Amino acid sequence: MSDPSKPHNNKAWFLVLPVVASVAFTAIIPLVIVVNYSVQDIFGPGNRVFVGGEWFRNILNDSSIRDSFWRTIRFSLQVLAIQIPLGIAIGLAMPKRGWRASMALVLMALPLLIPFNVVGTIWQIFARADIGLGGYVVNDLLGITYNYSQNPRDAWFTVLLMDTWHWTPLVALLVYAGLRSIPDAYYRAATIDGARRLAIFRYIELPRLRGVLTIAVLLRFMDSFMIYTEPFVLTGGGPGNTTNFLSISLTKIAIGQFDLGRAAAYSLVYFFFIQLFCFIFYTAMKRQEV
Amino acid sequence: MLELVGIEKVVDVEPWLTSVDLVLERGLNVLAGPTLAGKTTLMRIAAGLDTPTAGSVVANGEDVTRRSVRDRDVAFVYQEFVNYPSMTVFENIASPLRRRERLSSSELRQRVGEAAELLALGPYLDRRPDELSGGQQQRVAIARALVRETSLLILDEPLANLDYKLREELREELNRIFVERDSVVIYSTSEPVEALTLGGRTVVMHEGAILQVGPAVEAYHRPATSQVARVFSDPPMNLLRCAVRHGSIVLPGGIEVPRPGHLVGVDDTEVILGLRPHLITVADPDGGALEVGGELLLAELTGSATYLHVRSGESGSLIAELPGVHSHSIGEHLHLYIRPESLYAFAADDGRLLASPDQAVLSGG
Amino acid sequence: MAEIRLDGVRHRYGRSDDALKGIDLTWEDGGAYALLGPSGCGKTTMLNIISGLLTPTEGRILFDGVDVTGASTVERNIAQVFQFPVLYESMTVEQNMRFPLRNRGIDKREAQARAEEVAELLEIGHLLKERAKGLSADAKQLVSLSRALVRRDVSAILFDEPLTVIDPQKKWTLRQALKRVHSELNHTLVYVTHDQTEALTFADTVVVMDQGEVVQKGTPDELFERPAHTFVGNFIGSPGMNFIDCAVRGGVVGFGGVDLLRLPSSVSPDHEPGDVIGIRPDFVRCAPLDRSGPAGLEAEVGAVRDIGTAHLVELLVGDAGLVARIPPGEHVPSGRCTVLMDGDDVHFFRHGVRVEGSSSVVGTGGAR
Repeated sequence: MSDPSKPHNNKAWFLVLPVVASVAFTAIIPLVIVVNYSVQDIFGPGNRVFVGGEWFRNILNDSSIRDSFWRTIRFSLQVLAIQIPLGIAIGLAMPKRGWRASMALVLMALPLLIPFNVVGTIWQIFARADIGLGGYVVNDLLGITYNYSQNPRDAWFTVLLMDTWHWTPLVALLVYAGLRSIPDAYYRAATIDGARRLAIFRYIELPRLRGVLTIAVLLRFMDSFMIYTEPFVLTGGGPGNTTNFLSISLTKIAIGQFDLGRAAAYSLVYFFFIQLFCFIFYTAMKRQEV
Repeated sequence: MLELVGIEKVVDVEPWLTSVDLVLERGLNVLAGPTLAGKTTLMRIAAGLDTPTAGSVVANGEDVTRRSVRDRDVAFVYQEFVNYPSMTVFENIASPLRRRERLSSSELRQRVGEAAELLALGPYLDRRPDELSGGQQQRVAIARALVRETSLLILDEPLANLDYKLREELREELNRIFVERDSVVIYSTSEPVEALTLGGRTVVMHEGAILQVGPAVEAYHRPATSQVARVFSDPPMNLLRCAVRHGSIVLPGGIEVPRPGHLVGVDDTEVILGLRPHLITVADPDGGALEVGGELLLAELTGSATYLHVRSGESGSLIAELPGVHSHSIGEHLHLYIRPESLYAFAADDGRLLASPDQAVLSGG
Repeated sequence: MAEIRLDGVRHRYGRSDDALKGIDLTWEDGGAYALLGPSGCGKTTMLNIISGLLTPTEGRILFDGVDVTGASTVERNIAQVFQFPVLYESMTVEQNMRFPLRNRGIDKREAQARAEEVAELLEIGHLLKERAKGLSADAKQLVSLSRALVRRDVSAILFDEPLTVIDPQKKWTLRQALKRVHSELNHTLVYVTHDQTEALTFADTVVVMDQGEVVQKGTPDELFERPAHTFVGNFIGSPGMNFIDCAVRGGVVGFGGVDLLRLPSSVSPDHEPGDVIGIRPDFVRCAPLDRSGPAGLEAEVGAVRDIGTAHLVELLVGDAGLVARIPPGEHVPSGRCTVLMDGDDVHFFRHGVRVEGSSSVVGTGGAR
């Protein structure tokens, strides 16, 4: 709407400049560089050839990358299937007031405060069949043969377990916060209506947790789809390709093989899928709300 | 003096304020209107907390439309009791002075003391807000707004969250406090009786527009339109569509009443007749009143008055206000008496006031 | 439906003063009651004790003679409507209404019939298939109420300031619905509020509380015309009752040289500290000074305010101030005037409590 009687003041644009500048440095320029790389084959400094969409075709037809993609999807879905219900259960079970509530909060927050590579290291040692406490208990006390560095199933299971240990508290804390915001009157009304525990969860708690659960699902999906540090430290993608997620294989191409053009195209495809999935999840959950 | 010129506010294509022109003088200005009338929006624009979609705010001849509230000389009191929870009452009241003025500690103590005195907070200066009752908390918020002599003082329904008894008490006190102020005070309320008790200039608003500006009593006794008569009245004025013919008025049921003196000047046409609930009676000692029979839908007892909601075949639904507390059972058949001298007449097309009853009928001699 | 009796109920939170100071009270079966008082008077504590959310420090609660002091809300079979609407937002209105029945294993057809019946009573039949979430606040509050009404066997329905979030213009339709509910269903209803209009409109009997005590239990007319306590005189009515220091000599109460009341022989005939008379502003009249007739009180007229429906006039008789509410068509004084009051409208309070049985000595020609 342009109204001639309204004073126009172009000074406002100057105020926006710092933001534009910082976004340019942190997002736009790196992205442009990556796009630039993705259409070239780079052999060395000053030695590059324009290849057009060649790298993209290569990436999309590469069967090992495709395997990584499905592996990562499978991992993310399993993460959601385990951590969301488990997080809800823990959130529900957490004490509501008193010193127990504070203690539960601290305990829950602990794993979240540990740096990613440390988490990987902890589990790498803890789960080792030879010297780790976890590995020892499973192998020697329970009598189940377990070795994450040899057995693909064990490796997959250990990564999943580690991620669950690391991130379920986030879901639990979100759920806990959501539960705390439900007024007492709702519980009282439900009790008066003779609702049992399950009905209270289904008709009072769940509808009012929808907002925080949307956030939890989005965060957990994105993080698990981009997971890198912990499995890299724990298994390095192995054994074989068992835990070779998209991010790990990307790093191998970019750093290991120094194939910058191909890695750039890979990054863009990866980026595109993350955006796409977020969009799908978000719209699906928003629609449910209406 | 604060002038609002051609103010419009559109939020998501919905007009919240439509062409508001208003001059706010030194002294008390009361914005009266139901919820969603646009009172808060107008006050926020006047204070500089919000900018209008079109139009300008002029303070003492200077355009301040886009000047931030920080650079203006404004104090604001909200409906919710907004205080600093970790500070004592003294520190709460002192906070605007500390921020804006450099005072010696004895001056500071004196100024805070005066404001506290005005709102009867003297004994509570060392307490924290959460140790006070709701009424006292709101007194602290008001004292904080009064401690500096700002050129603009805004109170947005400050009594709405209080019990009615506290509301009555504070109304009386505020009335006295505002009279002594040398600033533009804007006070909003959704209760007509509050505007009438506070006095001052009243701006009646409804759905984002100003309906009438003037003394509260004037807006009540001589509402400019039928809209004002409904909005600025609790319970709202009864309105009946009637025909005026020769020497008489024809009511919805076909009953003809001789035209009372004050309606003689009204042209023969269709009109809307207005009837104040408190001028309807359940007895007719003098004779000459119009009788309307009906079924009682609900009797609301307000503590010193009784509102009868009556469904009458001919006139639709009527509300009558009787002094005192009277129990009635629902469904009871009642006779209501309407004195023709007490009728208002509004134009059927645009609702403008055509004739109002004589002063003696409305208020007494 | 049940008769609810509180027997010596006393409650204290932690180490603070008593929130309820020993209350004996009976809520009769099928009565519509209001519990009225300012914030902090103990009415919410009382409500929670009746509903079973709180166990009193001392005393017993009896439902139809059965001690339920330790029983839960569910065991007491109490229903409650809260300050803001509480509904199952993912359900339709009808599902909301059937929910309490479904939980009790009542079959669907019967539940449906019951829901329709209640919907008709509350005039929300057209909303049955709507989602509860999208309704207006008043419709939501009716749905909350309907969940209490679908059960035939509730012992009482408690209301905790249920009209707080309702638009002022729509309040009367909800009040009407509540009245209809009471006359049709005859439940024991207890309505807690700080608002006199809510209480007096809803209830047949109003219980007024102040500082943890019941100060009066009576019909709306009684509270207005014969307040048992100065607190009630002030709390009921806008503006509240005038209270003026008075002279008591030989069993006769006088003010400004005019004898007004003769005290009953049951009370001391001499003045005691704190003796006051009370008269409602609605019953104080003014006349020009030169008026001949019964001895009046001469007053100086202070502020006169037109509040639309009446004039509020401040009067000063000697050093006693009082307010008169003058309706349209009557004399509005200025300068000095004669104050008229009828002995029947004047009440004598000793130690804050109204002395029953005083008789009017001489009227000065008041309002009635």
